[in-house]
Amino acid sequence: MTYPLSLKQTTFRVIVGQLSHNDPRSTACLTDAHALGLTSISNITCYDLYFLMGDLSHAQLERLTRQVLHDPVTQSIQWQALSENAELETESGGNQATIEVTLRPGVTNPVAEQIQRASRTLDIHTLSAVSTGQRYVISGQLLTDEILHTLAHRLLCNPIIQRYALGEIQPVFPTPAESTGDVETFALRDWDDDKLIELSHSRRAALNLEEMQAIQSYCIKENRDLTDIEFEMIAQTWSEHCVHKTFKARITVEGESPQVLDNLFKQTIQEATRTINAPWVRSAFKDNAGIIDYDGTHELSFKVETHNHPSAIEPFGGANTGTGGVIRDVIGVSARPIASTDILCFGPADLSFDDIPAGLLHPRRIASGVVSGIQDYGNKIGIPTVNGAILYDPGYTSNPLVYCGCVGIAPVNSHPRHPQPGDRIVVIGGRTGRDGLRGATFSSMTMDAQTGEVSGASVQIGAPIVEKGLIDVCILARDRQLYHAITDCGAGGLSSAVGEMGNQIGGCVQLDLAPLKYPGLAPWEIWLSEAQERMVLAVPPEALTEMRQLCELYEVELTDIGEFTGSGRLVVRYKDRVVLDLDNDFLHNSIPQRQLKAVVSVPPQPAGHCGALNIPQDFDYHHTLLALLAHPNIASKESVVRVYDHEVQGATVIKPLMGFNHDGPCDACVLRPLETQGNQAFALSAGINPEYGKTNAAQMAVNAIDEALRNVVAVGADPRHTAILDNFCWGDPNNPHTLGSLVAAALACRDAAIDYGAPFISGKDSFNNEYLGVDGQRHAIPPTLLISAIGILQDWRHAISMDLKMPGNYLYLVGPFHPTLGGSHFNLINEITCQDGVPDCAPSIAQAHYCALHKAICLSLVQACHDISEGGLAVAAAEMAIGGRSGLDLLLPGEDMLRECFGETSGCLLAEVTQENSPEFEACFSGLSCTQMGVVKKLPVLSIRGSDSILIKIPVEELVCAWQGKTIGGHAHAA
Amino acid sequence: MPPKALILLASGTNRDGDVAQALTLAGADPYIVPLQGLRQLRSSWQEFQILVIAGGFSYADALGAGKLLALDLMHFFADQAAEFVAAGKPVLGICNGFQALVKAGILPSGNASPHDPEVTLTFNDCGHFECRWITLKPVSQVCLWTRGLDDLIECPVAHGEGNFIAREPAVLHAFAESDQIALVYAKPDGTPANGEYPHNPNGSMMDIAGICNPAGNVLGLMPHPEDHVLPQQYVHWNRQARHSGLPLFQNAVRYVQDQE
Repeated sequence: MTYPLSLKQTTFRVIVGQLSHNDPRSTACLTDAHALGLTSISNITCYDLYFLMGDLSHAQLERLTRQVLHDPVTQSIQWQALSENAELETESGGNQATIEVTLRPGVTNPVAEQIQRASRTLDIHTLSAVSTGQRYVISGQLLTDEILHTLAHRLLCNPIIQRYALGEIQPVFPTPAESTGDVETFALRDWDDDKLIELSHSRRAALNLEEMQAIQSYCIKENRDLTDIEFEMIAQTWSEHCVHKTFKARITVEGESPQVLDNLFKQTIQEATRTINAPWVRSAFKDNAGIIDYDGTHELSFKVETHNHPSAIEPFGGANTGTGGVIRDVIGVSARPIASTDILCFGPADLSFDDIPAGLLHPRRIASGVVSGIQDYGNKIGIPTVNGAILYDPGYTSNPLVYCGCVGIAPVNSHPRHPQPGDRIVVIGGRTGRDGLRGATFSSMTMDAQTGEVSGASVQIGAPIVEKGLIDVCILARDRQLYHAITDCGAGGLSSAVGEMGNQIGGCVQLDLAPLKYPGLAPWEIWLSEAQERMVLAVPPEALTEMRQLCELYEVELTDIGEFTGSGRLVVRYKDRVVLDLDNDFLHNSIPQRQLKAVVSVPPQPAGHCGALNIPQDFDYHHTLLALLAHPNIASKESVVRVYDHEVQGATVIKPLMGFNHDGPCDACVLRPLETQGNQAFALSAGINPEYGKTNAAQMAVNAIDEALRNVVAVGADPRHTAILDNFCWGDPNNPHTLGSLVAAALACRDAAIDYGAPFISGKDSFNNEYLGVDGQRHAIPPTLLISAIGILQDWRHAISMDLKMPGNYLYLVGPFHPTLGGSHFNLINEITCQDGVPDCAPSIAQAHYCALHKAICLSLVQACHDISEGGLAVAAAEMAIGGRSGLDLLLPGEDMLRECFGETSGCLLAEVTQENSPEFEACFSGLSCTQMGVVKKLPVLSIRGSDSILIKIPVEELVCAWQGKTIGGHAHAA
Repeated sequence: MPPKALILLASGTNRDGDVAQALTLAGADPYIVPLQGLRQLRSSWQEFQILVIAGGFSYADALGAGKLLALDLMHFFADQAAEFVAAGKPVLGICNGFQALVKAGILPSGNASPHDPEVTLTFNDCGHFECRWITLKPVSQVCLWTRGLDDLIECPVAHGEGNFIAREPAVLHAFAESDQIALVYAKPDGTPANGEYPHNPNGSMMDIAGICNPAGNVLGLMPHPEDHVLPQQYVHWNRQARHSGLPLFQNAVRYVQDQE
């Protein structure tokens, strides 16, 4: 961005409003305000604001405003030169007021960039800066300043990225500044321990004393001081986010079975993959994403990341860039991204503001921001968002979880991994700004009420269409073999990308060549910036010209910033000064192993235990089922699913919602990518259940793996050709009990994965999901393990949806049915106290049933299939009836009716089979559990009978209403 | 010879691959060309018989869907586009492409000033982006894309700004008179949606999903028939017989072949 030195720099203020009175955006804004408790407001009208600075003639402004800034059919526009004496703040307590909001200078603003571009198209070259914002005109009774500030804080403005004013706001543009080139030096060779720790704290490096001492030793060994850029790079490279210190720590375990684990990761997750040794695993834990064989000619890559901390402080940007980041991981294995997944955990939507620690956003606002962020990125980049889940728990109020996954496809062996000395270090994509500084270390720390303020720079806003350009360019460059290695700029920015890529050879970077969004960045800021949408490639010099031409064609910026060398050192120059010169071996292999202590606690009840139950005689099964269907974790997610494009790329065979009325919740999605031949397809699913983790982390892990596998099996995937991914979100690992539950979960993961024969191919952990409130208390999340599964179907025609298909068909219960109420959703909505343990999952027994079911599916014997999960059998049956708008008549198999209806179990599914096919279906389950327990009915009523009574008899339409949050015959409540 | 189809790729276009597949299945030979390439190489539009502006979020839909792509069309490709349209060759704008054709003034009449448009595509009534399957009824016999299509088309919509509205309702009646209303939203049984959500997913006036120019060679529509050209893409593939979007593309290919 340059600022022409003109004497006539005037700023113009442009206001665009809707001509129609029922503007959906204004209506939604009012609904949100009411939901956030501001009921004295009766109307909000939204306007868009643009501030144009430059030497602009009247005719030029006419052209810009008429042709670019508004739609003449629906919008009004007015503009004027910005007055020095802005409208005074509206009088407090009146019945009309104005709030204006703009982005802070320096925050990525794609709209402003597009206005600049459009003005050049219109031959206007004197527009020097643009800023955008919103204007809200608010009506209501007694609009005090207090109400208006509350409205701004709760809904209209996030101070991390925006500023607001009551009345007219004055725009602020990034101030022009010279690059500083400033480098600070730390003479830490003779520092004492306190001073070392002080440096770690003051630069928010999250390094402990041992690590700081290792850096000190290195300085002593090389007889030198350390520059700030060197220190920052070491902090990033050694961050939990980048090297997974906890999983690689030496852990002394206390509890029932004391032991010492030298390396938790190697001894659990990796051990499972090594033991299973599946021939179709192409890459596990080596690349940016795990890779499996697809059909002999193509490979599938899959990666799931979390973006929790950024989403807590700026939900839209956090989720937006979480999505963009994991997509880049897939581009980073030379694959074309073809599907996105999102699993989200939030605090309860109806939480009172009094229960929210200071400095935090309301869960409702976090949820809507996160969903909008995912929607914005996924839809704009054109990758279908096909699988997900949303869970609510008070434990996520301070610390939401945002898991973003991405699947890619590439021809076999097309991903080059070996940069050569002499290759150019090439950066393509977005420019570097101050965004996202220290994201890796930020994500490795506990948040406190000040985090938002201090880490404001950690917030990133994505530009999905820039990343779309990266996909187009990288796939073409791969096919033309224009690079020797590729990786994305994620946490740690260029420092991580270049550092990791050159860790076997070395490299030399000329940092001042990196293109900047705005001047004024110090060298360490350029090197560490986490500005989005950038990839780093090792391009042989002879391919550089072709690479450049390709980038020009797709309007992607390319910069050659240096060269890979064979020196074994990473050297960074800024202008003519060496600002970083570090030994590869030190950087990548010298981090001291952490020594941690874990205490594994015994669950209050053993898994599978069924305690005494005191069920009242008149227990209301009917309303219990309706209440479960309406529970936020179980209720329809249609209002979210529909804002994601799940059809783009034309590959989605089993969609998130299917059935008679396109609203039945499918267990997993099935895709058949366009570039493949034949009928092969693959399924994606997730397994997650923090309720179990609250008392039994080990069983949570086994059950999560079981659920993920059950879901891919339900849609027709081969349980013997399914890989899994782990994503651990835990609290502070320095707390021995927190670490104890992690150890228990990881050990259980190993054993279960081996029993299922399902190898882990990728994983990620996120620790310190805790929040230090102003009350001085630590708020930690429930330990939460997400298992994602990717399974192969030999033929998409064997894919199965969950909706009932035809009256007269039988409904079978398959699997080891041992329902318990421990950790169940029944427990969340009921007063009945029970002493049950969580479901006890037996992987080998479950897997035998999955294999039998898969055989039946491949023989085309199954019409519909649905897994039994949260809410138990009754909820699963109700969902199948909803999907098909068909009736179902069920007879419970045993005498323990409450548990059979609402208890939760692992390993079980419901399958619809024609009467004609039932003998053959049953034959598939010889020696296994398979019970015909019901019949599909034309009359749309769900009835569930016990041995001597009808427990539930509910019209399907009533089930639909409860599940979709509608009143009978009415519409859904506002989302 | 299969007709050559030019698929424009702007920064942010993302359904280019989907429409390329539909054209291939319909018997055309599609070429996806970045706008920058068209400008740099001065590729001749004349070598193509079909032009498609695919869906997506060109230039991030900053300042309104399709608006900045329309600006490109008007400033860099005005002559080529006008020539292509005037030659009577099939032109199709899907979703973002439709929005761009309308905002560039190429649709619906071709002679209204883009600065004083008679219609626009604006925010859905529901206020947000939605992806869902809908039913389309082909209507126009003037439009070469929909002419002679008796069957319904079922396909997804995926947009936030697909609400087709006119400044003056009279304009719409004129379009009906001149048979320019190419496709309308319908209920699954083919009866009119009558504005009823979600059959009419965005609130478009007169259930208009697609509209053509008076000559009938330029069609713009919001839904994505290119995402229902294979059996497994259909939302009800395991429940009932399907109404594919392929005939729309086959119509254009046949039209080109008949001209030769």
